[in-house]
Amino acid sequence: MLDKLTQSLDFNATALLLRSERTRVLASNIANADTPNFKARDFDFKTALQQATGLTTAAGAPAASALAKTQQGHIAGGHDVGGTHPALLYRTPTQTALDANSVDLDTERAAFADNTVRYEASLRFINTQIRTLMTAINGQDR
Amino acid sequence: MSLFNVFNVSGSAVSAQSQRLNVVASNLANADSVAGPDGQPYKARQVVFQTQLVGAEQSSAGVRVAQVIEDNAAPRRVHNPDHPLADEQGYVTMSNVNPVEEMVNMISASRSYQTNIDVMNTAKNLLQKTLQLGS
Repeated sequence: MLDKLTQSLDFNATALLLRSERTRVLASNIANADTPNFKARDFDFKTALQQATGLTTAAGAPAASALAKTQQGHIAGGHDVGGTHPALLYRTPTQTALDANSVDLDTERAAFADNTVRYEASLRFINTQIRTLMTAINGQDR
Repeated sequence: MSLFNVFNVSGSAVSAQSQRLNVVASNLANADSVAGPDGQPYKARQVVFQTQLVGAEQSSAGVRVAQVIEDNAAPRRVHNPDHPLADEQGYVTMSNVNPVEEMVNMISASRSYQTNIDVMNTAKNLLQKTLQLGS
């Protein structure tokens, strides 16, 4: 009963977790902007959210790179499908640097700002849903 | 909650950048020094940054200063026969600090420092908003 009440929040909660995960990845990129040989990382938010919420791609195929476990003792490949630890990819560098660092600070800052706004959007969605639930519980007496 | 890890990541970067700034300050302060306590001219120092994983996650990569290396470029020699430390030909050996390089280093370190502080501020705001969820 109670889990049904909060089930509607699950999607945005997962989105929020992935957003905070991405905040950390982008913060790592910005922190390593001056580190030689560091390669900028990021993940595809759409794929990650589809995997975390158990949704599949539009074609109906299971979302990217999930390894089939056909026998007991097989370990999950790459990353945990359905979890909130998405597979990290490497960013394609726009300009090469002499120290083999692929962080473009402008790109990272833009992505960070974008990610922040979307995190706040998810927060607002959850807040609205909670308010809707509270209205349903308390009624319109106020 | 991965947002808390942002403080570790950006905090390590801020600390590394401040160490870099420290090295720049000591280089610039010694740009015109003639001989150190060991009788040798001052050699410019540079920090070497290295990625350091913060926590178990592969995605939270902080920074640390792996080592401080000494620049082995040839020292600057200035002709000044009246100087008490001049050699037989009248040359004084000075440090090998390149002030232009150091100024560039300083600006880069200060920009990176500011960016990482911005990141931490943003993470703080997001966490505060998350704490107020549902109110």
